[in-house]
Amino acid sequence: MNFPTSLRTLFSRVFHSSDLDRGVEEELRSHIQHRADDLERSGLSHAEAERRARIEFGGYVRFKEESHRALGSQLFETLWQDVRFSCRKLRQSPGFAIAAVLTLAMAIGANAVVFGMLNALFLRPLNVPQPESLYSIERGPDKEANQSYPDYLDLRDRNRTFDGVALYNIVSAGLDTGHNATQFWGYEVSGNYFDALRIQPFLGRFFHDADEHGPNSAPYLVISHAYWHSRFQDDPSVVGRIVQVNQHPFTILGVAPSEFHGTLLFFFPDFWLPVVDHEQLTGMNILTARGDRNFIMTMGHLKPGVTTAQAIADLNSVGAWLEKTYPKDDAGMTFALARPSLAGDLLGPPARGFITALMLLAGLILLAACANLGSLFAARAADRSREVALRLALGSSRKRILRSVLTEAVMISLAGGGVGLAGSVALLRAMSTWHPIPTYPIVIPVNPDANVYWVALLLALVSGFLFGMVPVRQVLRTNPYEIVKAGSSSILVGNSGRRITVRDLLLVAQISICAVLVTSSLVAVRGLLQSMHSNFGFEPANAMVLDTNLTMAGYSGERATEIQKRMKDAVAAIPGVDSVGVVNQVPLSGSFGSRDVYRDETTDFRPSNVAADVMTFRISPDYFRAAGTSLLTGRDFTWHDDQNSTRVAVINREFAIRMFGSSANTIGKHFKLGDGTRVEVVGMTEDGKYYQLTEDLRPALFLPMVQWPTSATSLIVRSGREAQPLAAAIRLTLRRLDAGLPFEIRTWQDDLGVALFPSRMATMSLGVLGAMGTMLAITGIFGMAAYSVSKRLRELGIRIALGAQRKEVLQAALGRPLKLLALGSAAGLLLGLLATRVLAYIVYQANPRDPLVLGGVVVTMLLMGLVATWIPAQRALSVDPLILLREE
Amino acid sequence: MADQTQLLPGTLDLLILKAVSLGPLHGYGVLLRIGQISGSALLIEQGALYPALFRLVRQGLLKADWGISENNRRAKFYELTAAGRKRFLEETHQWNRLASVMATVLAAQPEEI
Repeated sequence: MNFPTSLRTLFSRVFHSSDLDRGVEEELRSHIQHRADDLERSGLSHAEAERRARIEFGGYVRFKEESHRALGSQLFETLWQDVRFSCRKLRQSPGFAIAAVLTLAMAIGANAVVFGMLNALFLRPLNVPQPESLYSIERGPDKEANQSYPDYLDLRDRNRTFDGVALYNIVSAGLDTGHNATQFWGYEVSGNYFDALRIQPFLGRFFHDADEHGPNSAPYLVISHAYWHSRFQDDPSVVGRIVQVNQHPFTILGVAPSEFHGTLLFFFPDFWLPVVDHEQLTGMNILTARGDRNFIMTMGHLKPGVTTAQAIADLNSVGAWLEKTYPKDDAGMTFALARPSLAGDLLGPPARGFITALMLLAGLILLAACANLGSLFAARAADRSREVALRLALGSSRKRILRSVLTEAVMISLAGGGVGLAGSVALLRAMSTWHPIPTYPIVIPVNPDANVYWVALLLALVSGFLFGMVPVRQVLRTNPYEIVKAGSSSILVGNSGRRITVRDLLLVAQISICAVLVTSSLVAVRGLLQSMHSNFGFEPANAMVLDTNLTMAGYSGERATEIQKRMKDAVAAIPGVDSVGVVNQVPLSGSFGSRDVYRDETTDFRPSNVAADVMTFRISPDYFRAAGTSLLTGRDFTWHDDQNSTRVAVINREFAIRMFGSSANTIGKHFKLGDGTRVEVVGMTEDGKYYQLTEDLRPALFLPMVQWPTSATSLIVRSGREAQPLAAAIRLTLRRLDAGLPFEIRTWQDDLGVALFPSRMATMSLGVLGAMGTMLAITGIFGMAAYSVSKRLRELGIRIALGAQRKEVLQAALGRPLKLLALGSAAGLLLGLLATRVLAYIVYQANPRDPLVLGGVVVTMLLMGLVATWIPAQRALSVDPLILLREE
Repeated sequence: MADQTQLLPGTLDLLILKAVSLGPLHGYGVLLRIGQISGSALLIEQGALYPALFRLVRQGLLKADWGISENNRRAKFYELTAAGRKRFLEETHQWNRLASVMATVLAAQPEEI
């Protein structure tokens, strides 16, 4: 049968199938009628003639089917037959079918989810025109994306390879449209941002380079489509409206198109406004400070025909010029290019490592599922050996039988793939609408697309063939005479009782994969627990955090300090509040403010003379008490540490060690800040975690707010009271103080969500994969144990009749599965230990050599064995020899 | 019926080609014609005729058209194509050679060896 003909016939069958069918049928009928006519003419009655004609014709249905096949519809016809046959077979054993489909659905689903993430985060470019030529510019050996504004201007104007270089930074602001002020998040961007990205407005217009004329000169606002929808109810008259942003009038110029979500994959801004308005927005002027690298990213499209190497060389020549011209501020100005979507090399490599490791583990799950199904299919083939033998004896070809086995496998894999895909699509969609961190508009945009569907289909087909191939050898070696003679399939099982079979190997492989997964998830859980209970250098329990920025209500400078003091006093007066402290950035909340410090003897403040880059916090008196940070020596600040007195600081122990060489006798020592200010150390605190849970010991510096005014304000409120009523009381108190100030309150534990997010994600994903692996291993062992018990019921019956004890019966029935379990677990544990490297991508301080983890794995595997063999063991023990012997 | 001979595998196609070579026929007609020429000596299962007919059509040896039979019923009439005629001659030739060789072999007497 040649393929094109079959294909043609298939098409004609699909479109004219009933025609063709009717044609054959009519012809056969016509034959019978002609015969009946003849018989009637020879003297039979009409009815008798028709009856005889039908009998003489022979098997009507059989000939009709043979005719169809003769007409050339063989390939698809037999395929269709195979499909129907498999359906019938599967309907006969629904338990098997459901178990197989679910197993595969889980494995394919897991793979589709992980691939969906991989696809969305790494394969799919940003939703901007010509994303392939868009690069972000990274600086120095550490590939940092942040730049200072003056450096940006030079990069923008002096390069010759970019078609416009844009800059953006994430900011939050208070928006007042007439009624209550709310906080919203967006980007402050360079004037050429939309032009450089080649984005067109959905409504109104965007601002351009020409709209900027120096600081605070461009009071324009562009809002996102989503924000336009949620805040302004799609009102087109919003264009041209004047609104208050941080108490400054801004004109809404336009609305961005709905598919444009800014230039970070996971952060959807509500608005864009010109970066030249930075001072109005934040109360600080850093647009002229070349050393303040505060702007998250610069990026641009390469000009047509420019290679990345040319662009890097071009940028480096600008960098060399910068170093020569501004030696005080600019050092290490070499550049690299990265994809902007994941903040370049800041998040790209770790996220890629994480997803790759997950993909590997998900692949293992799929392999385990295939091994599981493979052994199920092998068992099924062994059970069907009698049927296979009969079919062979009756003249069916081995090819045909194999094809029906494979059809069954592929059908199961497609069904499993379908169910798994549906589940994963639902999960991915849910993830896309999820806001994992309530404080920030962070999203995980992993909506599935055609790529995901294709990969799931491909995986389903491949795994179908993979586990469908397992029983092939068995079918090929089937000897019909032996089996029909023996009268039952006991021969196969009897033989395999001694040798190592493919099924044994599959089970061991599967159990070891499971052990690897269990090891990894336990390592992850332990890592998470450890990081949650490690010493943060503050006490998040029984504390609330209130976040605001005073510029949103128009306070800055000394007025900010004044209102901070009043806020602190007012909240401290609430009954049940133990202590209140103010800080400009809460540690571990995702903010990162650091500055360079110099030794006391330094006079030349160039980058190479920096003693340390330290996390810097501006705090009020009582902050340490409210935060639960213990002061090792010295004193806390007081309100008297003001502009008129000596500049003072509290440092942490690591700062002391880095700056002064030891943590002893630090009180009274001095160091210098970048502007030459000499600062005296008055206290030293314990070390803590400031930016990430995974960070190494980091020097930290605390400065009094009164000496270093700031409008970024977080109140730490320590109280034993319940969170909800306390939050309500705080809200009421602050409204009374200034009704125009937007703020957010939550418990400090919730606030830590940002810092714990990576470990939580890792633990969750590994936990899910580990649970899947465990389930697969349990079903695998259960299948094997149940099968071996059911096949050996007679033997067990005889053993019991001959007086075997329970222990001996169990040993006979379950010895083998348990031995395999032990073997597989040992192998898996070993592999898990070797996989530390992979785990290190996912989990901080991954250490599978931890005795608790090792013990946990052993206990889990033992429990699993117990669960999986419990029912088969009961069945083996309850064998009634009499009934069994009578049956034969 | 007892003196009817089972067909050798593969001979049905040749019989059909022969029957149709004598003039266009519908399926039942093919059966009648074979019975007529063979003196009803061959046992042909009636239904088995059709898969063979369809196969020959698909190989391009026969072509078929709906028409009205002598009984005034609708029936499909088969006739040889050019390829069919060529194949028929080849197969007849081959069959004759095989038959004569078989006859010679089977007629061999001990003294001839």
